[in-house]
Amino acid sequence: MTEANIAKTNSGTLVKDESVQYVNELTTLNLGPTHPATHGIFQNVLTMDGEKIIAGEQTVGYIHRAFEKIAERRPFYQITTLTDRMNYCSSPINNMGWHMTVEKLLGVEVPKRAQYIRVIMMELARIADHIVCNGILGVDTGAFTGFLYIYEYREKIYEIYEEMCGARLTTNMGRVGGMERDLSKEAIRKINEFLKTFPPILKEFERLFNRNRIFMDRTIGVGGISAERAMSYGFTGPNLRAAGVDYDVRVMNPYSSYEDFKFDIPVGQHGDTYDRFMVRNEEIWQSLSIIEQAMKNLPEGPHFADAPEYYLPPKQEVYRSMEALIYHFKIVMGEIDAPVGEVYHAVEGGNGELGFYLISDGGRTPYRLHFRRPCFIYYQAYPEMCVGSTISDAIVTMSSLNVIAGELDA
Amino acid sequence: MATDIKIVEAPEGYEGSGFFATSFDKVVGLARSHSLWPLPFATSCCGIEFMSTMASRYDLARFGSERPSFSPRQADMLLVAGTIAKKMAPVLKQVYLQMAEPRWVIAIGACASSGGIFDTYSVLQGIDRVIPVDVYVPGCPPRPEQILEGIMQVRELTHNESLRRRNSAEYQALLASYNIQ
Amino acid sequence: MLSNQSVAEEIVKKFGDDVYDFEEPFGLLTLTTTREQIIPMLEYLKNHSDFKIGFLTDITGVHFPDTTPATEYCVVYHLHSFIHNFRIRIKVFLAEADLHIPTVSEVYASANWMERETFDFFGIIFDGHPNLTRILNMEEMDYHPMRREYPLEDPTRQDKIDALFGR
Repeated sequence: MTEANIAKTNSGTLVKDESVQYVNELTTLNLGPTHPATHGIFQNVLTMDGEKIIAGEQTVGYIHRAFEKIAERRPFYQITTLTDRMNYCSSPINNMGWHMTVEKLLGVEVPKRAQYIRVIMMELARIADHIVCNGILGVDTGAFTGFLYIYEYREKIYEIYEEMCGARLTTNMGRVGGMERDLSKEAIRKINEFLKTFPPILKEFERLFNRNRIFMDRTIGVGGISAERAMSYGFTGPNLRAAGVDYDVRVMNPYSSYEDFKFDIPVGQHGDTYDRFMVRNEEIWQSLSIIEQAMKNLPEGPHFADAPEYYLPPKQEVYRSMEALIYHFKIVMGEIDAPVGEVYHAVEGGNGELGFYLISDGGRTPYRLHFRRPCFIYYQAYPEMCVGSTISDAIVTMSSLNVIAGELDA
Repeated sequence: MATDIKIVEAPEGYEGSGFFATSFDKVVGLARSHSLWPLPFATSCCGIEFMSTMASRYDLARFGSERPSFSPRQADMLLVAGTIAKKMAPVLKQVYLQMAEPRWVIAIGACASSGGIFDTYSVLQGIDRVIPVDVYVPGCPPRPEQILEGIMQVRELTHNESLRRRNSAEYQALLASYNIQ
Repeated sequence: MLSNQSVAEEIVKKFGDDVYDFEEPFGLLTLTTTREQIIPMLEYLKNHSDFKIGFLTDITGVHFPDTTPATEYCVVYHLHSFIHNFRIRIKVFLAEADLHIPTVSEVYASANWMERETFDFFGIIFDGHPNLTRILNMEEMDYHPMRREYPLEDPTRQDKIDALFGR
């Protein structure tokens, strides 16, 4: 700027320097793959006009671990550890979904008690997944306190998992034909304590966010999608329910005794971030109610099916009878052949319809296993949802979609 | 006033009225090891266990890592938690190159240490293929206590590191073997 | 309520000889069709006054190297009708020499990435796709890894001795 221009600005008038060319340029902003606000590694290259987003281009695959190829080399019970690592915030749901697929192929009927225990574990996993999503949505809008308070209850859920299967996060829970162990007394005590102590904390969390002026201003009307576009983009789960379509696999194709439980499906109206947050909160309440019903009506009986070809016989039998010893040997050495067939089974995962398409050719490993991963399918819609908004809205939209990188890339 | 607050022991030195003389690297080591700022490079499941480590039960902030820095320029240690695919390896190397000396790297989890259960065409078999690593924390995923143990090992290294190490020929040779200038 | 039988009859009435191999593995109606009829079939199922099969659940591919060359690759579509709670699976077989199939991303927006994934893994070309590039693997990769002839492990890795791993 020249002396004359500086003099003018000192008097308070705004000066435009005639010698400089002002050009309205679009900027390219690289959001990712490592970014504090993206929950996982995926990249968005945003074209922006000032602060407004015009277009977005996505790159995924930064954590592609070739699950489907690995699954062609592993016997059925070893694939459970792969399914853990897809949506790792709610591993039991993936595990149970895979076991149910294999049981459908093999024709194994699981007893009621095992089904109820599976329901309890899956609903706890759903609560854990929604705790992470809603807590982190709070953090992305700047409210760190809600996350700290509610994350402690995720640790309590981890304690229940440890009672059931020994691991915290990647659980490998359950077996083909039931569960590996029954609910211990300690597990029952912990679940009952969780059901008593979590609702007040959840109410506090809701009081902090639901009618909070700042939170509402940041999330209402942000990242909305209509029901028709959502269905065309293959949305399922809480994101579709927030857009107004009440599709829940637990109700439409019930599995594992979900038809015995009474629960509502929360549905939103506008499909924006606030609706997704509220739908997930309400789903936590519904999951708590399902767990209560399951604990109250838990039937007696065995926790595994009477299918010695697929489920390890109890150790006392293995030491005493010849058939049990042979079955034990065959199962552990992985020499059990599955029947020929193709099956598609879907469960309601934390993010939507998690499907398993299994083609078996009669060997001990699948011929082809394809995972229908909800995150991969609905993440395509992200550029459309954040075009026309600002960067902060784009971050909040991504956070509310609950994209988990393990499920995105598999 | 609380009297049971644990204060760090002073290093050995010569003390008098109003002054304390010790060697420079002891003081610098003391200061550095109690304020390591991590850069969480969380890619998958180990990242969630890392989040548990930062949350209230297994608080990482009490070890001085109050501020997880997401900018490499301002971070001391790079915590790689999760699988690194071959597509991601150049990004990891970029982030490592942007960090200022002294920097430490922790490989959290089996996937970061050696590829883990994913011995496939698309997964890098351990981040020490592309960057030098100081501490490996095995586990799939490791418990938060194990991650804290790994960070405490880095604190040991930091406490006892000589100030000349980053300029020494040995360290330069190590970086050269990874094609890092 | 729709039944497999009634839907199958309607489809045969409309498409005649272009649909064949009707099966019901585990209660899910499965049929095979040709690549010319796949878009008309998806539009027919979506716009039918009664069926309302309007949700594309999944698109994937399968490689069968041990069968006839004309049926070596298979593209599998899973569809779902929310209103009638009816699922259907449609398969299209392709030969390696002519690995093309029209894209359905005009009918369903979710087909975009699902077809890119199938291309990335098997090399099946979807004609008319807006951006048919690799999505999960690295751009520089020159082969399609899910085909049966390629190994799972990276043959150039140095630290894992195959003999000790039983390979």
